[in-house]
Amino acid sequence: MNFRGRDVISIRDFSRAEILSILRLAARMERAAPPRLLDGRTLATLFFEPSTRTRLSFESAMQRLGGRVVGFADPSSTSAKKGETLADTIRMAEHYADVIVIRHPLEGSARLAAEVASIPVINGGDGANQHPTQTFVDLFTIAKTHPGLLSGRGRPLEIGFVGDLKYGRTVHSLVTALCHFPVRFVFLSPASLKMPEPFLRIVRDAKVPFEEAEEAEAFLPRLDILYATRIQAERFPDPIEYERVRNTYRLTADKLSDVKSGFRILHPLPRVNEIATDVDATPHAWYFRQAANGIPMRQAILAAVLGRLR
Amino acid sequence: MKKPARAGTAGRPRNQIVVPAIENGTVIDHIPPSATLKVVQILSRIDDLVTIGINFPSASMGRKGVVKIANQHLTPREVDKIAVLAPAATVNIIRGFKVREKIRVKIPAIIEGLVRCKNPACITNHEAVRTKFKVLPGAREVECHYCERPERFGELELL
Repeated sequence: MNFRGRDVISIRDFSRAEILSILRLAARMERAAPPRLLDGRTLATLFFEPSTRTRLSFESAMQRLGGRVVGFADPSSTSAKKGETLADTIRMAEHYADVIVIRHPLEGSARLAAEVASIPVINGGDGANQHPTQTFVDLFTIAKTHPGLLSGRGRPLEIGFVGDLKYGRTVHSLVTALCHFPVRFVFLSPASLKMPEPFLRIVRDAKVPFEEAEEAEAFLPRLDILYATRIQAERFPDPIEYERVRNTYRLTADKLSDVKSGFRILHPLPRVNEIATDVDATPHAWYFRQAANGIPMRQAILAAVLGRLR
Repeated sequence: MKKPARAGTAGRPRNQIVVPAIENGTVIDHIPPSATLKVVQILSRIDDLVTIGINFPSASMGRKGVVKIANQHLTPREVDKIAVLAPAATVNIIRGFKVREKIRVKIPAIIEGLVRCKNPACITNHEAVRTKFKVLPGAREVECHYCERPERFGELELL
């Protein structure tokens, strides 16, 4: 499959076959990433909003393939601060690089950037909307621990999502993407942070079975994967309610006594206190490996849209 | 189209509504009552007689709005806007007191440059971008091409 010149804006733009193809390319990069594959190519990282993992992993992925990186991590040092429009910034940057990664607080900004630019644009997060490369990393991680996901052999994977399911864009994108595969979902959240109806409709339309519950612990022994997200204090007008919720959903090692041996915990990071550090030493903690998977996946995406991998 | 009726005609029931007929122009019919005044607002020019009726009884909709515009025909853009506000509307072209053409407005698959995105964090509310919405199957909702948020048809706001 040829992704040359392709923009990566929303996971919804990718078919099942395309997702599978990108996962295969990431596996190839993980086995052996040619250190000169992107020799002479330049990536522009336009980060209008702070980010640690996404920016560093893109920069590392580019450099490990022999490419170069220009860009900014702080919009206060750019002419956006002087009132330059996003469209103008993109028209400038496209002459300085061969591919752009953009993170911007406004939703739809990456789509606009892709329409303006003649070079490929990769969305590194547009507000609460999409973060497709994180979704590819998450899928890659799940597919590595549970290969049945892609082969379709065996029973459907039981995947739990816990925490802030209302505002968590990584949850929304991952759920959308997983609907292509044999899965069952369990959505575990306080009532005020439930999975929004438009995403439940996507799940229903895909005929993927799902359950919703507020009580998380009872479901743990059934799950193959638990995808945990951060519950942010600002979502709760009442600080006492926030304290109650965050303690209820905190995952600790002693809650994992009855889980399956292949049970894996994923988290897009940064983790704050929703996963206790005593979980890190258990065989179920998979979030740092998930973060490590960001490199081969982003190498695959960069090389694919630059036409160096197919 | 009925013969033009004069107000106060003997034998007319007291609750019957009398609307002046137009010789030439346009009648927009089957508008949801609440959208009727919005339909009037989108007309690019009002130089002649315009009659506005709201809450007329309607067999198909219960109650409806009707707008009659003398000596004026709608631009395609105006018809598109009416489709957004009143998807069930019919546009009748009147010549010589007769309906010469009856157009059922059509909801396009893509609504471009007509509607504002209600998401304050959408890029289209911050930069000069032509808005674009995909009409979702069933035509009850649209989805912003940029921020991907769905919005109900009845709640759309024209630009």
